[in-house]
Amino acid sequence: MLSRTADNIYWLTRYVERADCLARILDVAQRLSYQPVSYGGSTNEWGSAILTAGCSELFVAKHGALEEATEDAVVSFLAFDAENPASIRNCVEMARTNARSVRTALTSDMWDAINGAWIELRAFPDKALSREELTRFLAFVKEATLRFDGAMYRSMLRNDAYWFARTGTHVERADNTARILDVKYHVLLPEKERVGGPLDYFQWASILRSVSALTAFHWVYRDSVKPWLVADLLILNRAMPRSLASCYENLTRSLDDIAGAYGRQGPAQRLARATQAKLTNHSIDDVFQTGLHEFISEFISENNRLGAAINEQYLT
Amino acid sequence: MRRTFDEMSSDDGVVRPAYDTLSKWLSTVPHDVLNQRRKEAEYIFRRIGITFAVYGEQNSQERLIPFDIVPRIITHDEWTGLAKGLEQRTKALNLYINDVYGKRDVLRAGIIPEDLVYQNPAFRPEMNGQKVPHDIYVHIAGIDIVRTDPSTFYVLEDNARTPSGVSYMLENREIMLRLFPELFSMHKVAPVDKYADDLLATLRSLAPHRSHEPNVAILTPGIYNSAYYEHSFLADKLGVDLVEGRDLFVKDNVVYMRTTEGPKRVDVIYRRLDDDFLDPLAFRPDSVLGVPGLMSAYHAGNVTLTNAVGTGVADDKAVYSYMPDIIRFYLGEEPILPNVPTWRCREPDHLKYVLDHLPELVVKEVHGSGGYGMLVGPKADKAQIEVFRNKLKHDPANFIAQPTLALSTCPTLVEEGVAPRHVDLRPFILTGSDKVRIVPGGLTRVAMKEGSLVVNSSQGGGTKDTWVLDV
Repeated sequence: MLSRTADNIYWLTRYVERADCLARILDVAQRLSYQPVSYGGSTNEWGSAILTAGCSELFVAKHGALEEATEDAVVSFLAFDAENPASIRNCVEMARTNARSVRTALTSDMWDAINGAWIELRAFPDKALSREELTRFLAFVKEATLRFDGAMYRSMLRNDAYWFARTGTHVERADNTARILDVKYHVLLPEKERVGGPLDYFQWASILRSVSALTAFHWVYRDSVKPWLVADLLILNRAMPRSLASCYENLTRSLDDIAGAYGRQGPAQRLARATQAKLTNHSIDDVFQTGLHEFISEFISENNRLGAAINEQYLT
Repeated sequence: MRRTFDEMSSDDGVVRPAYDTLSKWLSTVPHDVLNQRRKEAEYIFRRIGITFAVYGEQNSQERLIPFDIVPRIITHDEWTGLAKGLEQRTKALNLYINDVYGKRDVLRAGIIPEDLVYQNPAFRPEMNGQKVPHDIYVHIAGIDIVRTDPSTFYVLEDNARTPSGVSYMLENREIMLRLFPELFSMHKVAPVDKYADDLLATLRSLAPHRSHEPNVAILTPGIYNSAYYEHSFLADKLGVDLVEGRDLFVKDNVVYMRTTEGPKRVDVIYRRLDDDFLDPLAFRPDSVLGVPGLMSAYHAGNVTLTNAVGTGVADDKAVYSYMPDIIRFYLGEEPILPNVPTWRCREPDHLKYVLDHLPELVVKEVHGSGGYGMLVGPKADKAQIEVFRNKLKHDPANFIAQPTLALSTCPTLVEEGVAPRHVDLRPFILTGSDKVRIVPGGLTRVAMKEGSLVVNSSQGGGTKDTWVLDV
């Protein structure tokens, strides 16, 4: 297929995935902000949402310090701001632009899902959403992305277009999961709070909720929410669809499918396999031995390197 | 103005036989049901993204072309005559362009004034003496037809460059099938969906002579082009790649596309990009839309461009006025489809007549298109007429004039109900190396405003499904 087509599909799914992740981040921030003060209602959950989304520099330049970030500022910045390239609006916009230029490579269900979402998004006001509106908005984004994923899964031919689409989804998803974990570990908990205390517990539970994994957690561990178990679930558990291990299992498979169809392996396949092997061989103790933050930072750079390799090998 | 001919019924209410069923059906369906269906159609169009862009309009990047749900009906016999005339016309167009870039018999015989060729901005000296594959220049033609009475179809315009609108012909039919299946069960409507197959077969037949399977691609300027929807629609229907200039490169006079598996050779390019933008090395150096070296590959005979480069020399309104002579000259036949009577303002006696009768005439720029740069005399006020009088005196060769034709009307759903609105018709003629293909039908464009004669989509015109009845 055309390199540009593959590139557009790959970024289309990355943008959709990112929009979904941003909605989840806002959801968690909102949930945390409802907590009574005794549970840490005065913590900087809105600021940490900006950090998780990875766009603090731009936000600070526009709205000032993260510690003083207000709900309105963060919501409008992450959801609608045209100047924030990673706002939900821009993600949907870019996903739709990509989709539009490769319509021929998409199924009509996929086009319908993304174009429909784009049309619907424009019906939301730009700023100052009420709480109800925000809730409705976040539900809309999650539904739209689910619908797009479903359309992709159910209607696409299993050929290179599909594998590039899946590759984009999983590169982005791995990055997002890693960021969500990292921010929790370093940002959320105020220094005076006890690790393992009620606020800590609540925050870890929120993280699980943000990736729709709270129930899964209980099924897998049959234990109360503990940081290392959450980390185990989101990093190493291959049965957990948003875990790094699961993302890399899928990435490796998609990249191998592409290599199989084209009859040629390359750096992308090797990098993906190396990271996957690491995720398979490590135990959560190893991870905490290295330091969770260090482990995740390293993972994020590896993931970026894979993105660059895919780009180099297929998309240019 | 003369009384206008209505496609469905005469003034005294007598319905033409072909419209019998439709007319009865229209009189039984409640107005709000029709309105409801129209809204559904609009919703579907918006949802699928069947949109076009109007340049220079704010926030208009994606506008819907109004779609009218009342079909326009053409009988089998009417169509047979039309199709013959269209084929004849296209054949003559091709012979003419080959001649213009070849031996120029037509100039030597004094049929066409030389300056119409040499001073034509669409004339491409680069094509002089070049042989195009299979001697075909206009592979895809859109010839605009208007009707004034039961027996007369006039050719209004020849579109020999990159005629657009065929996606609407196909989508309009799909929507109608979806919204009004019962209407189709009451009529024998000739299908149009073979167009995609026909186009692909035509394009493949045009490949430069090579042994392997020809690789066909559609070249688009990109998503911001007004007809982008159509480009992607066609690529989809044909199952070929939709490429932009940056997806292609030329090496050793061979065109390749960049793919995830490495370079892949391209044999036929259906380009929806004007000559000027095709190749920055040959034409406009500032254009980034094209492919450097494409013209060298073309001249080396390694790739077919459809339509060929330089076809614009045959589709302006001045050359149009000579088409009947062109047909006689090359084919030795009388034109089957007449031209609208046309005054060439370049000729002094014609100019005098035009200046004396401006309020009755339609004056058009020779190279204008899309309803721009024209004067509709009977609709114009004094000031507008004076503006054109000055333009005409200043540069008469830039204009032609025609009587304001009583374009036929067709029942159309508007705010007030079903009312007559003026229509035209653009059928699409495909010329391959093997044969000519025309699917029965075309794009009917309709002026949605009462009394308006301007059907162009850029001017608010709409479209409707065109039914050619089988026998």
